[in-house]
Amino acid sequence: MSDSKFKNPIVAWIDYRLPVFTFMEHELHEYPTPKNLNYWWNFGSLAGIILVIMIVTGIILSMHYTPHTALAFDSVERIMRDVNYGWLIRYVHMNGASAFFIVVFIHIFRGLYFGSYKSPRELLWMLGVVILLLMMATAFLGYVLPWGQMSFWGATVITNLFSAIPIVGDTIVTLLWGGFSVDNPTLNRFFSLHFLLPFVIVGVVVLHIVALHQHGSGNPIGIDTKSPQDTIPFHPYYTIKDLFGLGVFLIFFFGFVFFAPNYLGHPDNYIEANPLVTPPHIVPEWYFLPFYAILRSFTADALIFLPFSWLMTAKLAGVLAMFASIMVLFILPWLDHSPVKSARFRPIYKQFYWLLIIDCFILGICGAKPAEAPWTYISQAATAYYFLHFLVIIPLLGFFEKTKPLPTSISEPVLKGGGGASVAAGAKPMEKA
Amino acid sequence: MVSSGDTAEEAAHGAVEGETRRDFLMLATGAFGAFGAAAAAWPLIHQMNPAADTLAASTIEVNLEPIQPGQRVLVKWRGKPVFIVRRTKEQVKEAGAVNWSGLPDPEPDSKRTQKPEWLIVVGVCTHLGCIPSGSKPSEVKGEFGGWFCPCHGSHYDTSGRIRKGPAPKNLPVPEYKFLSDKLVKIG
Ligand code: HEM
Ligand code: FES
Repeated sequence: MSDSKFKNPIVAWIDYRLPVFTFMEHELHEYPTPKNLNYWWNFGSLAGIILVIMIVTGIILSMHYTPHTALAFDSVERIMRDVNYGWLIRYVHMNGASAFFIVVFIHIFRGLYFGSYKSPRELLWMLGVVILLLMMATAFLGYVLPWGQMSFWGATVITNLFSAIPIVGDTIVTLLWGGFSVDNPTLNRFFSLHFLLPFVIVGVVVLHIVALHQHGSGNPIGIDTKSPQDTIPFHPYYTIKDLFGLGVFLIFFFGFVFFAPNYLGHPDNYIEANPLVTPPHIVPEWYFLPFYAILRSFTADALIFLPFSWLMTAKLAGVLAMFASIMVLFILPWLDHSPVKSARFRPIYKQFYWLLIIDCFILGICGAKPAEAPWTYISQAATAYYFLHFLVIIPLLGFFEKTKPLPTSISEPVLKGGGGASVAAGAKPMEKA
Repeated sequence: MVSSGDTAEEAAHGAVEGETRRDFLMLATGAFGAFGAAAAAWPLIHQMNPAADTLAASTIEVNLEPIQPGQRVLVKWRGKPVFIVRRTKEQVKEAGAVNWSGLPDPEPDSKRTQKPEWLIVVGVCTHLGCIPSGSKPSEVKGEFGGWFCPCHGSHYDTSGRIRKGPAPKNLPVPEYKFLSDKLVKIG
């Protein structure tokens, strides 16, 4: 014990028996991180912080919330009007869900641009996709809880997706509902699961970080770190950078919370659920819009699945396409077999990357519009392009794209003065990492 | 050590015979265990299905007396709306005259009613569960004079059959029985 690396005797005593301090030292302080990470690398830790915010505000909300069809809506209104700072906690939770998706979408598109999903980080990436799926489930369940019109009809439309499954579909829907429509049993179980899933997310996040620390962070150039010259310790360099990013994020976030808390929501959700009146225009929360557009792009008039028409209804095709739009992300590490990671050295991929982003925005707009011409045709085209990107363009680029030469090390572009504005700052090599 | 144990085992049972016996025991135990696990999981899954009180509340009786010819009413059954329509003679004739074999979910009008005058269907769009409009006189009834689902644009006719749009099936006909001329039991 006397030779412990910890000076504080209590810390040393504990660490000898339960090596939490060694663990923290290893994962946070010694953990070598590429020295060229840019601000796109802030969004992972930001997502983690939002997860904590969601859990804290969520547990507080559930101290005041009542999961019963007759009481839920009023209990949320009571949180808003009577509970001390209830309005703040609920608005943070509500806008926190949106912020979570913004941050995670940016995090994912960072990965797409810099090829973060490539070997040896395939499992890291796939765990990320699992987190996205769990987040979507959690947010959907949470949106049902305030029991407004959009809560109820969103729940009805989404649970009905499962009725598209041949033969057992209706049985599954009854099982999900615990009745013959979305009703009190449904609300109760949705509350239970909405409480549970975030903790499952925490578990998957831990695995995500274990996988990350196995090979370390990637970097904007996409070549491996080769010497201690290429890395700096995570703490204090990136802890301080992440904290700065958090500060900027919180300014935006609380701008929404305080000045436009309902900007991203739908006013109909302040009308209590009425099972006998469907709102004229059902829209999901903004973060589901692109997926909703893919779902709706399969209309009865689309004949492409004619050979399967005995089994494949337009409804089932839409549901399958919606799930497939996320499943393509799962297999992306194998669809994209170009050896070059970063789009900086892939001139053609870079252009298709931006087209994909535009395509996703178009899908999002279509998802918010009523299902009528011309929007149905636009979303059909955008859906087709989405799959074309992942299933055809990406694999072909692996064969045909002529990539730019890679630098030999992370330090090289900086030392040679290729690093733009940061030349002067980076000109002096790190003595020791 | 391990290998000598193996050899002793083989010597005792004879290699081939001993292995098949062991395999059988392993398989039998595994199957038994899997069955037990499935039996234990069933209550955990089945608890999600409708509970006894939910099932008990699942029939209603409707008095048809006040409904005028041509009028549509909407009643709540199992948490969802049921459309009851007292159809006029012309409406019945019109619904019967449709060439139904070419419809997306082919069904003759006669198969969808017990008495042609009374159309009783579950008012839940078979696409994704919205409630089609058309029950109130002021509401849009769609291109076929029945109902129109605003969610993704499905048109139903005066027999509740799907005629246009993404819904795959006709509005379902619930189980019902005329207790008398003017009283119907649904469910
Ligand atoms: C992954 C993290 C989470 C996400 C994405 C999320 C998302 C949501 C959303 C979108 C709503 C509806 C907001 C509204 O319109 O009012 C909601 C409500 C709610 N959530 Fe969460 N949530 C998360 C974590 C949690 C946790 C951990 C708990 C409890 C332990 C919780 C408890 C609640 C409660 C009680 C409500 C209903 C009150 C209300 O509507 O404001 N949430 N959640
Ligand atoms: S739910 Fe009626 S058309 Fe989609």
